Amino acid sequence: MSGRTLYDKLWDAHVVHVEPDGTALLYIDRHLVHEVTSPQAFEGLRLAGRRVWRPDSVLAVPDHNVPTRDRASGIADPVSRLQVATLDENCRTFGLTEFGMDDRRQGIVHVIGPEQGFTQPGMTIVCGDSHTSTHGAFAALAFGIGTSEVEHVLATQCLWQKKSKRMLIRVEGVLAPGVTAKDLALAIIGRIGTAGGTGHAVEFAGSSIRALSMEGRMTLCNMAIEAGARVGLVGVDDKTIAYLRGRPYAPEGEQWEQAVAYWRQFVSDPDAVFDRVVEIDAATIAPQVTWGTSPEMVVPVTGRVPDPAEAPDEVRRRDWARALEYMGLEPHTPITDVRVDKVFIGSCTNARIEDLRAAAAVARGRRVAPNVKLAMVVPGSGLVRAQAEAEGLDRVFKEAGFEWRDPGCSMCLAMNADRLEPGERCASTSNRNFEGRQGAGGRTHLVSPAMAAAAAVFGRFVDVRQLEGVS
Amino acid sequence: MQAFTRHEGLVAPLDRANVDTDAIIPKQFLKSIQRTGFGPYLFDEWRYLDRGEPGMDCSRRPLNPDFVLNQPRYRGASILLARENFGCGSSREHAPWALADYGFRALIAPSFADIFYNNCFKNGLLPIVLPAATVDRLFREVYAQEGYRLSIDLQAQTVTTPEGEVLTFDVDPERKHRLLHGLDDIGLTLQHVEAIRAYEQRRRQEAPWLFA
Repeated sequence: MSGRTLYDKLWDAHVVHVEPDGTALLYIDRHLVHEVTSPQAFEGLRLAGRRVWRPDSVLAVPDHNVPTRDRASGIADPVSRLQVATLDENCRTFGLTEFGMDDRRQGIVHVIGPEQGFTQPGMTIVCGDSHTSTHGAFAALAFGIGTSEVEHVLATQCLWQKKSKRMLIRVEGVLAPGVTAKDLALAIIGRIGTAGGTGHAVEFAGSSIRALSMEGRMTLCNMAIEAGARVGLVGVDDKTIAYLRGRPYAPEGEQWEQAVAYWRQFVSDPDAVFDRVVEIDAATIAPQVTWGTSPEMVVPVTGRVPDPAEAPDEVRRRDWARALEYMGLEPHTPITDVRVDKVFIGSCTNARIEDLRAAAAVARGRRVAPNVKLAMVVPGSGLVRAQAEAEGLDRVFKEAGFEWRDPGCSMCLAMNADRLEPGERCASTSNRNFEGRQGAGGRTHLVSPAMAAAAAVFGRFVDVRQLEGVS
Repeated sequence: MQAFTRHEGLVAPLDRANVDTDAIIPKQFLKSIQRTGFGPYLFDEWRYLDRGEPGMDCSRRPLNPDFVLNQPRYRGASILLARENFGCGSSREHAPWALADYGFRALIAPSFADIFYNNCFKNGLLPIVLPAATVDRLFREVYAQEGYRLSIDLQAQTVTTPEGEVLTFDVDPERKHRLLHGLDDIGLTLQHVEAIRAYEQRRRQEAPWLFA
């Protein structure tokens, strides 16, 4: 018998019951909750007279609707305000831990889970949010669910799941200086497509993945969903364990030793078999820039906007043409000729301390270009913000003309006041370049934090590998 | 949950790949704390010429005449024909809520994004996967024939065309069973309370820090 994959081990450790067709009832260890996808779930509990099965498994935080400035004056939009107030009230009623909007630990749900040590190896973790795949960087089986399933987990601590196929994406070699986990994620999506991982749990492995920091691994797993995979995983190693040591929710003392011994098993066996294997050579990857309205519409910064005439099939030819029209781009335009109006550095993909350091290294001693109307930095959490300030990064950004904001999802999806106006073009470190994602009619180009900062100071896309201060 | 057994209805073609849930229901409508009322905002940015905000009276808004659902021949459609990777992106269940609230009962595409696919089954909405070549042919037939209707039988796992051609599709037995009978997942799960408690007891011994 061949060995088991990491995914198999996580799955097997959580099966409570199996139906004849293989549908399993899986136990859920941790449930992250935010204000947008939970109100109807709590209402469902209330209508059925149900309680939360295990309140200690839940951590809630408002992040999508929260303002990123003048927080003391509250949320101006009454509809957003009601949604956040509803979360506060539901957490009080059902006895759940919440980091409220004014808590210094508040932040994007996928940033604070790991930051607090709430996310740990060997766990199942769910959240009503597709970017829950982020937590797979810690060898946790973590995936996004809908609101009906949020209610189901609150009521039963379990979920009905069908096992996915297993995909291995092996990345070998060294990423060039200035090339990051974000570029790797985009290059992978460009290669396998936004449906390439559909039906699969993806494990990222290989020397390049081992070399990534935990932050980089989170960025990569975060975007597994953009490749169609609900689950992105990285096996446990010393970096995983070092990251967790001393975090508020991490075990301590004797339990720490016991937990570490338990966590070590969460790697794929050497003879594990995958349904599909994709090999990537890290050395071939350049900084990436998306040109269209799907994350798979991506080219290296050295490339050009493609020509729909060269699309592989008729459906894509029309999609590419439609995307170019929406994006206001002409075929064959060099990416480095594309000018931007706004720059957004933030989101659950790229708002951790390492991301802010990379952006600040580019911004240091430079100025935001006159054609850029707004360049904003939105830290992933209050603690990331405090850390960045302790390192003086806020001053670097402010001196360069960037706005330094309070934590939240912000302009990744523009549910709060931060958004693009129709036709505005944005270099964004977020994860989705869908039509209207950052505001109706807005045009999004996905890039790494260093590339976004460089776009801000040059007013157009530039290859960060050619800049001084980038290593 | 509303059960799905058989359905016969008008087909509307949405001819683009990778339709994401942001397009199906834009973010500003996710601020609602209700589960209903999303139908008027389905595909909001494509369907209307103005910018939609929650609470607007959509009957007074300017329609985009080029958008397929606004064409008179597709009025009253209850089956949506779509391209690959339909429902990708955000996990928002507001997407199937909006589709169902608009009046769709079934979706046909070569592939669906995983989270969206799963969410549909929780809301009485049947997503049907057919081979890309078959879907391509259905698009041609829908365009060619005004009033094109399909008949769907979940028990038999078939889609029947106006010419009487019978196409078969796959669906997990467990999902099928629950949808056919409109069963409530939580109710079913709570029949396993003892198994859940037994699991928790084992887990507490194996990994006590998870219960600290």
